[in-house]
Amino acid sequence: MSPAVRFVNVCRHFGPVRAVDGVTLDIAEGEFFAMLGPSGSGKTTCLRLIAGFEQPTEGHIEIFGETAEGVPPYKRNVNTVFQDYALFPHMTVGENVAYGLMIKGVPRAERERRARDALAMVKLAGYEDRRPSQLSGGQRQRVALARALVNGPKALLLDEPLGALDLKLREQMQEELKALQKKLGITFVFVTHDQGEALSMADRVAIFNDGKIVQVDAPADIYELPRSRFVADFVGSSNVLSPAFAAAHGGAAKWTSLRPEKVGVFAAGSPVPEAHAHADGEIKAISYQGAVTRFSVETEKLRICAEVPATGSSFKEGDKVRLIWPKAAMVTMEEGA
Amino acid sequence: MSQAVTANTRAVTTDRREGILDRISDVLIAHPKLLTLLLLLPPLLWIGVVYVGSLFALLLQSFYSLDDYSGLIVREFTLSTYAQLLETANLQIILRTVMMAALVTLACSIIAFPIAYYAARYASGWTKALFYLAVMMPLWSSYLVKIYAWKLILAKEGILTWLANGLHLSWLLNGILGLPLVGGPSLSFSYIGTFLVFVYVWIPYMILPIQAALERVPANYIEASADLGAKPRQTFWTVIFPLALPGIIAGSIFTFSLTLGDYIVPTIVGNSRLMIGQAVYTLQGTAGNVPLAAAFTVVPMAIMGVYLWVAKRMGAFDVL
Repeated sequence: MSPAVRFVNVCRHFGPVRAVDGVTLDIAEGEFFAMLGPSGSGKTTCLRLIAGFEQPTEGHIEIFGETAEGVPPYKRNVNTVFQDYALFPHMTVGENVAYGLMIKGVPRAERERRARDALAMVKLAGYEDRRPSQLSGGQRQRVALARALVNGPKALLLDEPLGALDLKLREQMQEELKALQKKLGITFVFVTHDQGEALSMADRVAIFNDGKIVQVDAPADIYELPRSRFVADFVGSSNVLSPAFAAAHGGAAKWTSLRPEKVGVFAAGSPVPEAHAHADGEIKAISYQGAVTRFSVETEKLRICAEVPATGSSFKEGDKVRLIWPKAAMVTMEEGA
Repeated sequence: MSQAVTANTRAVTTDRREGILDRISDVLIAHPKLLTLLLLLPPLLWIGVVYVGSLFALLLQSFYSLDDYSGLIVREFTLSTYAQLLETANLQIILRTVMMAALVTLACSIIAFPIAYYAARYASGWTKALFYLAVMMPLWSSYLVKIYAWKLILAKEGILTWLANGLHLSWLLNGILGLPLVGGPSLSFSYIGTFLVFVYVWIPYMILPIQAALERVPANYIEASADLGAKPRQTFWTVIFPLALPGIIAGSIFTFSLTLGDYIVPTIVGNSRLMIGQAVYTLQGTAGNVPLAAAFTVVPMAIMGVYLWVAKRMGAFDVL
């Protein structure tokens, strides 16, 4: 079976800017695939290349086994949920949702029925006659989703669809999107700069930096086994240990990532258990973050962050402490840059 | 704690300024509605008295009549002046003017749309500056100069005739001039000439509103439409055109009403058949028939009123 989307060494240049720079990628059918990266990293351009709004400067794109170069957006069997929804303001919600069906020439009664069903699926039954301007951001987002899904696309492209929503709504929509994708079983390609969003929803995550994909893996592997300093830093936060420091503390002589939540903070001189490493230092800063407390500890060679559950730890700034972490928590990376 | 608050309060209140202007601004800030009223009063008076007032006086005049024997205005309410509008000669003036205005509006919108579309969608930086310059610059020069220039271009001995001769296209020009009704002895003495000059002088008023309307259509509407399967032609008619329609209507209000009321263009470039503006000019001047002139000016207003009502009924302003 051919993958839903295949990129072979795809480049998209805008003048001197290499927005997408040699991306090779397979997205499997039925997969929830997230493209994660900072703004300007090329993830949105990749999505636009799939939708057909951009054509590759170099390389080859296949969508469900068919060559995509030169195929205009209106001939592709994918639909997009735009970042700011792009609902047509001169049409009602119902007309917006039925738009793709109207274009295909589906008779009025049938397309109205299907639009109603699609709106019911996104929990907006009865909103057919409203104008997009009368809806809240979350409701518009659902209309955009219904408008895309009503066409029965084989892949749904989502361009930071939750970016404009507030936190509570965003978390709720994340769950709903995930459930919807499971129910429909179609491929979702989801662009976001929010690592929490990508990790919580996707089956696989591609991390973009500078027009290139730096790592593609399942969320847990992205987090637990970052392959480069960029991934370690961008996804969550991380202590990056130099090869010398890592070697001196029981690791390999390579650039190494150590997640702050793996590091425990103990009184100076505490015993170090089996298979654990330690470093002594002085607390330079403490920040209380609700569920956890974050310590910034200056050791001899390196400032290390530690996150511990905020259960009445009595350390103060300036205290001498011993940091202890399991050796297994040190993840060697391919590069430190 | 309370001590701190007191100190704080004193710090705010001792800074109080005492001048008369300061007091006025304190009062105005405390009463924003009063401020709005004061700011609006002068323009409201201007519009209310000078503008609407004179329009009302004009309307009033149209219900008076002219005594044919004494040449004096009879200041009694009558509809006989309006009845005069329906006489064949006057009705022809109205129909001729409305026809001309409609054709000019249609031509302006067809020519203006691609220009406005280019400017809104593709132009940026210096091409955009060039666009504004090209559209606005004709508006900076005198309207009379431009019309006389056109008269020279269109005249029998003018540039167009010369060009047609040089290109061996005289037969085409003569053929056009030989057309019944719209032709004439030369382009500058024909409806075609009047039409061309009207289109030229009013087209900026059509381009700018359309451009402004298109400017507000985000590019991703067009992408969304394509994404949902619409070919470019379908996208144009279902998304771009409806969203540009308020701009087209706004532009057509300008081109239509300006043509309806203009008397200079048809006087300089055109055959001697009168348009509404010329009729008003002659009636209130030499003929001294102000009531009929007033009744004539009510015609464009009535037409525009009906036009806007129809446009609204058709949903042209729903996007606004």
